[in-house]
Amino acid sequence: MWDKIKDFSSEFFVTGDPLILGAQVSIGLTLVAIVFTLTYFKKWRWLWTEWLTSVDHKKIGIMYIIASILMLFRGGVDALLMRVQLAAPELEFLHADHYNAIFTTHGVIMILFMAMPLMFGLFNIVVPLQIGARDVAFPFLNSLSFWMFFFGAMLFNVSFIIGGSPDAGWLAYPPLSELSGSPGVGQDFYIWGIQISGIGSLATGINFVVTILKMRAPGMKLMQMPMFSWSVLSSCVTIMFAFPILTVTLFLLFLDRYLGAHFFTLDGGGNPMMYINLIWMWGHPEVYIVILPAFGIFSEIVATFSKKKLFGYKSMVFALMSISFFSFFTWAHHFFTMGSGANVNAFFAITTMIIAIPTGVKVFNWLFTMYRGKLSFPTPMLWTIAFIPCFVVGGMTGVLLSVAPADFQFHNSYFLIAHFHQVLIGGVVFGYFAGLYYWWPKMFGFRLHEGLGKWAFWFWNIGFYVCFMPQYALGLMGMTRRFNEYDFDMGWQPLNVVSTVGAFLMGLAFIFQVWQIAHSIKFFKKETSGDAWDGRTLEWSIPSPAPMYNFARLPQVTSQDDWWEKKQRRLRGEAELPEVAAAEQAPLEPIHMPRNSGIPFIMSFSWFVAGFGFVWDWKWMIVVGLAGVIISMLARSFSYNTDYYIPVDEVERTEAAARGAH
Amino acid sequence: MANHNAHSGHGGHEGGHGSMKSYVIGFVLSIVLTIIPLVAVMNDMFSKQVTTVLILVMAILQFAVQLLFFMHIRDEKKPRFNLIALIFGLVIMLTIVAGSIWIMTYNAVAT
Amino acid sequence: MAHAIDTHKGAHGHSAHGSHDGHHGHDHHDQEEMKTFGFWLFLITDVILFGTLFATFVVLRLNTAGGPTGAELIELPGIIASTFILLTSSFTSGIALLEMNRGNKKGLILWLIITALLGASFIYLEVTEFIHLVHEGATIGTSAYWSAFFTLVGTHGLHVTVGLVWMTALIIQLSRRGITPVTKRKVNIISLYWHFLDVVWIFVFTIVYLMGVM
Repeated sequence: MWDKIKDFSSEFFVTGDPLILGAQVSIGLTLVAIVFTLTYFKKWRWLWTEWLTSVDHKKIGIMYIIASILMLFRGGVDALLMRVQLAAPELEFLHADHYNAIFTTHGVIMILFMAMPLMFGLFNIVVPLQIGARDVAFPFLNSLSFWMFFFGAMLFNVSFIIGGSPDAGWLAYPPLSELSGSPGVGQDFYIWGIQISGIGSLATGINFVVTILKMRAPGMKLMQMPMFSWSVLSSCVTIMFAFPILTVTLFLLFLDRYLGAHFFTLDGGGNPMMYINLIWMWGHPEVYIVILPAFGIFSEIVATFSKKKLFGYKSMVFALMSISFFSFFTWAHHFFTMGSGANVNAFFAITTMIIAIPTGVKVFNWLFTMYRGKLSFPTPMLWTIAFIPCFVVGGMTGVLLSVAPADFQFHNSYFLIAHFHQVLIGGVVFGYFAGLYYWWPKMFGFRLHEGLGKWAFWFWNIGFYVCFMPQYALGLMGMTRRFNEYDFDMGWQPLNVVSTVGAFLMGLAFIFQVWQIAHSIKFFKKETSGDAWDGRTLEWSIPSPAPMYNFARLPQVTSQDDWWEKKQRRLRGEAELPEVAAAEQAPLEPIHMPRNSGIPFIMSFSWFVAGFGFVWDWKWMIVVGLAGVIISMLARSFSYNTDYYIPVDEVERTEAAARGAH
Repeated sequence: MANHNAHSGHGGHEGGHGSMKSYVIGFVLSIVLTIIPLVAVMNDMFSKQVTTVLILVMAILQFAVQLLFFMHIRDEKKPRFNLIALIFGLVIMLTIVAGSIWIMTYNAVAT
Repeated sequence: MAHAIDTHKGAHGHSAHGSHDGHHGHDHHDQEEMKTFGFWLFLITDVILFGTLFATFVVLRLNTAGGPTGAELIELPGIIASTFILLTSSFTSGIALLEMNRGNKKGLILWLIITALLGASFIYLEVTEFIHLVHEGATIGTSAYWSAFFTLVGTHGLHVTVGLVWMTALIIQLSRRGITPVTKRKVNIISLYWHFLDVVWIFVFTIVYLMGVM
């Protein structure tokens, strides 16, 4: 009996590596501490009713952001481990298998479990407030999306201590990711973790498209919509069309591994190249999915801190939507070296160059918005300013890579690594940080400490260039990606040391950010105006944090930058426009709200159980999990008591309390 | 789609959408459009290329019939987001299929 | 839109909401319209999903690895029968919609049951076909061709099965609650779903079966 348990646990748990053992112990202790704290302060019920079952887009947004920052920490630790390993030739800090696992999880986590949820968090918090809506179109589905992401991410992360991490690269190319190349369960964790969270992402895409198209405040035409909402629309449209491809591709890989199908195997007529073709049909749009909202954030911030209307609104909309469309026509540039011939490569090289044009348009729009503006430079604006040169260089190296014949030299070298980190950190991460800093007072009702934020900003920026500029050179010197060690005589060490120093500077920057948040919570500087930055769009017209129904009366919108125009009319002492005045003076009405529900949490947890069952091929567990999913769906279908009305007197009380705080 | 049910309290007899007549026409057309390719294939009436084109055209027409007579795509009010989304979706879908065929032609494995 | 919204009877803390006047009714109507639009978008994502499966099937259609081919094992008569069954069920789900718009609850339920029975016989034929193929030595692991075949056809079959469960749940809800704005919307979207599955089948029929035996 004892031997059986021992055998089982040596296969079930990851053993033998002191680093992982340390992590296991600390994860265990953290869990115990969380359970103890919740029990000691009797917070379980509060956690369940206020957060886990909440369908409030603002709370869901905050949960997304917390989860993504935890994932940023884990992905960041992975990155630092890799940089330590590469700091010197023939180092034996991480052995090859461990290194493979770490670059795989670093990539997956940073893209799918850090960038995506951080993006969804900002969507959730900002979009309904910005378009003058009381919630998203489908609040229940929104909660389901979050929990699907959360449990998908957990399933993926659990592989770190149970069963072993996936180690076939972040896109898991077959035949390496097939059973023949990866017989362990790591790859199954990969498939199910991403599959489950991917369904959540797809649902979010649909949800926000409907929200933006159908729930704008009265009077707000599409061409008056704030630019961030436009960027969310373009990103979500891309999600809608790209994510089903990912679902299918992973499903086919699952069938290969689980039922012995022959889609991508080397025998039985399978074709691994087809996987690469399919995964990039999702993978390329995916990078635009995460960068487009960052463009929207920069547009908001540039206009706010230049005190000017965004330059070239229409061209910006056109650029966003055309990028969203063209992103589906460039996928083959990820495998120019596959051997598809000159025609295919020429076509995809040209489409890739074309897509750089709308991006260039945007950069000029931001610059012209700043031109002759009344500029100020708080942290959100600093990130925006830093983004522009960084992204331009990253974009230019991308155009270099798009030249198919040249790509045969750059392919899979550190030149490529440096390129995509420059657009992903310089674009996506800088963008979402800018957005976090910008909307932080709106989310939580207090300001962040600017001084510490500036320290973090400079460490991030200097660290970034110190880390990645040497990698361009290393790539040209012949260093390829995914090496865990190199020889003394390659001459790569000096630049690798510099790069590692840069990575640690960014790690330090992250610590500054944590310190900044902790410090700001301790010296709580309440943001009382609701309009922290003298903003231009509707989210700044209501108290911070927004009341649960957002708008007591739905605003009547008459122009682009509606809130700014209204403030200008007030400053000039003009009478309010009649239709706006009428909307403002209309009597309050009971507000229609969705009820909280535990079903999303339970259903996503059931998916987690089913996924875990599939990973270990435990049939009973698969049955239990899938039964939970089906029962949850039917329970939802049969529940008709899904919404309620907030009575007028409660709205009045809430509004009075918020106004009293002014 | 979103709209056609909204005012249907008036009954389904006023032409246009949702009438018995349109459903019957749609049904008959879909049967005919299924029989034509069936006959063409079972009797080897044309060369392989002609048959392929013919049956694909029939399938696309069948799709149009379902869309017009059963799903009432024409009845949508402006702005026609349903139609726009559908067209965009079809373009991407065709890109996936045609692009895969094109790229994979050069990467076929021995059968 | 003065439908009594009986859905708000719940004992929620905030439930002091006596009057459901026209405004709230309108609110509700918008919500149902939005859900139908959301479902339409979901169907379009499903178009992409099937498109990817079709792409895979077409790319791998010749890769039988020396094993049986589709032309050798496919038996068209059963497929033709199931095609006409599914076409008819698309039509009957349309009639159910007409009955609903006429306010005829019994007719609506009856036609939905007929649709579901046709769907069930389609699934029965498909399962029979799969069993036959497995007996003939073609499983999902036989070759890339059969992997793609079973996955594409099976995914469609799975969609139909989900539709059947959903339709059954809806029939129960209709018999309990009658035709309300909410149940009306649900019938509308399931009939959209059903027509959509019919369209997908037409392409499965054309590309997998007809072109397979040519």
